[in-house]
Amino acid sequence: MNHSTHPPISHRKAKPPPRNAWLMHYLYLLFSSLGLIVRTPLPSLMTAAVIGIALALPTGLYLLLENVQQVSSGWGGAAQISLFIKQEIDNKQVHALADQLYQHPDISSVQVITPTEALEEYRTLSGFGESLDALEHNPLPAVLVIQPITNEEITTQNLLNSLKQLREVEVAQFDMLWLKRLLAMMEIVRRGVLILAILLALAVLLVIGNTIRLAIYNRRDEIEIYKLVGATDAFIRRPFLFTGFWYGLFGGFIAWLFVNTSFWFLQGPVKQLTTLYYSQFELLTLNVLSSSMLLLSGASLGLAGAWLAVGRHLREIQPR
Amino acid sequence: MEIKNNDKISNFQLFFAIIEKLNSFFIHINLHNMITFSEVSKRYPGGYQALNQVNFHLKQGDMVFLTGHSGAGKTTLLRLIALIEHNTSGQIVVNGQNLSRLPTNRIPYLRRRIGMTFQEHRLLFDRTVFDNVALPLIIAGLRHQEIRRRVRAALDKVGLLNKEKSYPITLSAGQQQRVGIARAVINKPPILLADEPTGNLDPALAKEIMRLFMQFNQVGVTVLIASHALGLIKSMGRRTLILQQGNLIGDTYPRR
Ligand SMILES: Nc1ncnc2c1ncn2[C@@H]1O[C@H](COP(=O)(O)OP(=O)(O)OP(=O)(O)O)[C@@H](O)[C@H]1O
Ligand SMILES: [Mg+2]
Repeated sequence: MNHSTHPPISHRKAKPPPRNAWLMHYLYLLFSSLGLIVRTPLPSLMTAAVIGIALALPTGLYLLLENVQQVSSGWGGAAQISLFIKQEIDNKQVHALADQLYQHPDISSVQVITPTEALEEYRTLSGFGESLDALEHNPLPAVLVIQPITNEEITTQNLLNSLKQLREVEVAQFDMLWLKRLLAMMEIVRRGVLILAILLALAVLLVIGNTIRLAIYNRRDEIEIYKLVGATDAFIRRPFLFTGFWYGLFGGFIAWLFVNTSFWFLQGPVKQLTTLYYSQFELLTLNVLSSSMLLLSGASLGLAGAWLAVGRHLREIQPR
Repeated sequence: MEIKNNDKISNFQLFFAIIEKLNSFFIHINLHNMITFSEVSKRYPGGYQALNQVNFHLKQGDMVFLTGHSGAGKTTLLRLIALIEHNTSGQIVVNGQNLSRLPTNRIPYLRRRIGMTFQEHRLLFDRTVFDNVALPLIIAGLRHQEIRRRVRAALDKVGLLNKEKSYPITLSAGQQQRVGIARAVINKPPILLADEPTGNLDPALAKEIMRLFMQFNQVGVTVLIASHALGLIKSMGRRTLILQQGNLIGDTYPRR
């Protein structure tokens, strides 16, 4: 190389290094940072476990909520109105009424349950079976199950009142009022889980930040030497970001294990309980999408925590 | 008579003015100052005045020694050039760049253009000799094969090719010193600052290292070597800056 001319430092534009070299460098960092974590298995595992627990808590609660939601939607979801039709109204008139109500702007659907169908359903659910055959005639009324267009309190209440006025209707009532209350309560719980999730995400940031801070101070001499030979802050920051990424990812994986084992543990009793009420119930667990979301949020929290820690502490370290 | 005399002087002045102009024209090509210190002082946070209004300049391609008693400020002076320390007053210009105006995020790029060896070596003890020497190239993002080739060439020059895979802890002080030298020159910097590079070397090896520095110097690298080894300095017959208690008390050129 010819050294006879040297333009001033500030004017010299650094030749961009070959792309392939950067890729190799990133891959190298990815695995070398993994290597550093694996080399101290116990402390690393403890850090990852703390992160895992912090992530598992909101994830598990969220999943529980989803399950409750699923149960309630299985049972009819939001407020429905049941219209019990007077005995003297025949099937044809019931269907005519159903068609007429279907036109109503506040009603989204109308389901007709004829007395025969009602009896069938009762037979299967109650388990009385043959003893019902002894009945001379069907004592059950026809029922129209009305699904209002909204869940809004006033609209549905008005709808109920107007339906009560109908000549054919014996009784009109909200189905499963308790369910509505439960849903309202669940909204509170949902927000509680959200707040918890935010707090625990902060905790994860702090845990990772602290781990990275220790890692930085352990490698203080190394960082000083890097700075002495002209490494930029971005270059020095990178391996620590990868470390944060790995911790977050492992934390996410541990959370995944926690949640899955807990739900597996719950599966038996839940199944017993739900067969009593609702036979099609299938306990929701982490699917591919939510699993990858969990891992992804772990990894990005790891990255973010590392970023915050490195930014602050790298500036403090200046070569002697 | 007097008028004629005056005329002669102004002719002379004109001649020099033209030379000066030409010089400033070609200054970027050759004769420009690589390192300039103007009234540079350094006071450490404790209050100790390590350098006191130092003035000198090195031209590109110079090879200069810096000597003085222990604690005279040699290391301090070198560290100011690489912005490891900031001068408290005066002005330092390195390769056309006024250091007091260099933004913090440009400091790494300044250091990449300055190869530096340290009195206490500053090697990474958990990396092999190869990895230590390769460090500046890795930072610059060179290709793996290129790094291999250059590191081996540099290790060969300092006579440590067989120690490529050793860890610095297993090397003697002189060998560690040479690893540091290989690292300093690996990125072909235009400036080489060597702090006590022969401190732990036997005379033969010291001569060998000096020859190496001369080789770099011959291809245009500006070399500044801080050293106690007066005998060695004398034998080299180069310009020498002498520090005493932070004052530059001598800037001697060898008589030829
Ligand atoms: N970081 C520091 N803080 C305070 N004082 C310092 C610092 N570094 C050096 N000094 C002081 O500055 C003076 C010059 O130190 P320097 O290291 O430049 O000397 P030197 O000429 O390199 O000596 P030696 O030949 O022993 O290496 C010394 O008296 C030293 O005590
Ligand atoms: Mg010194």
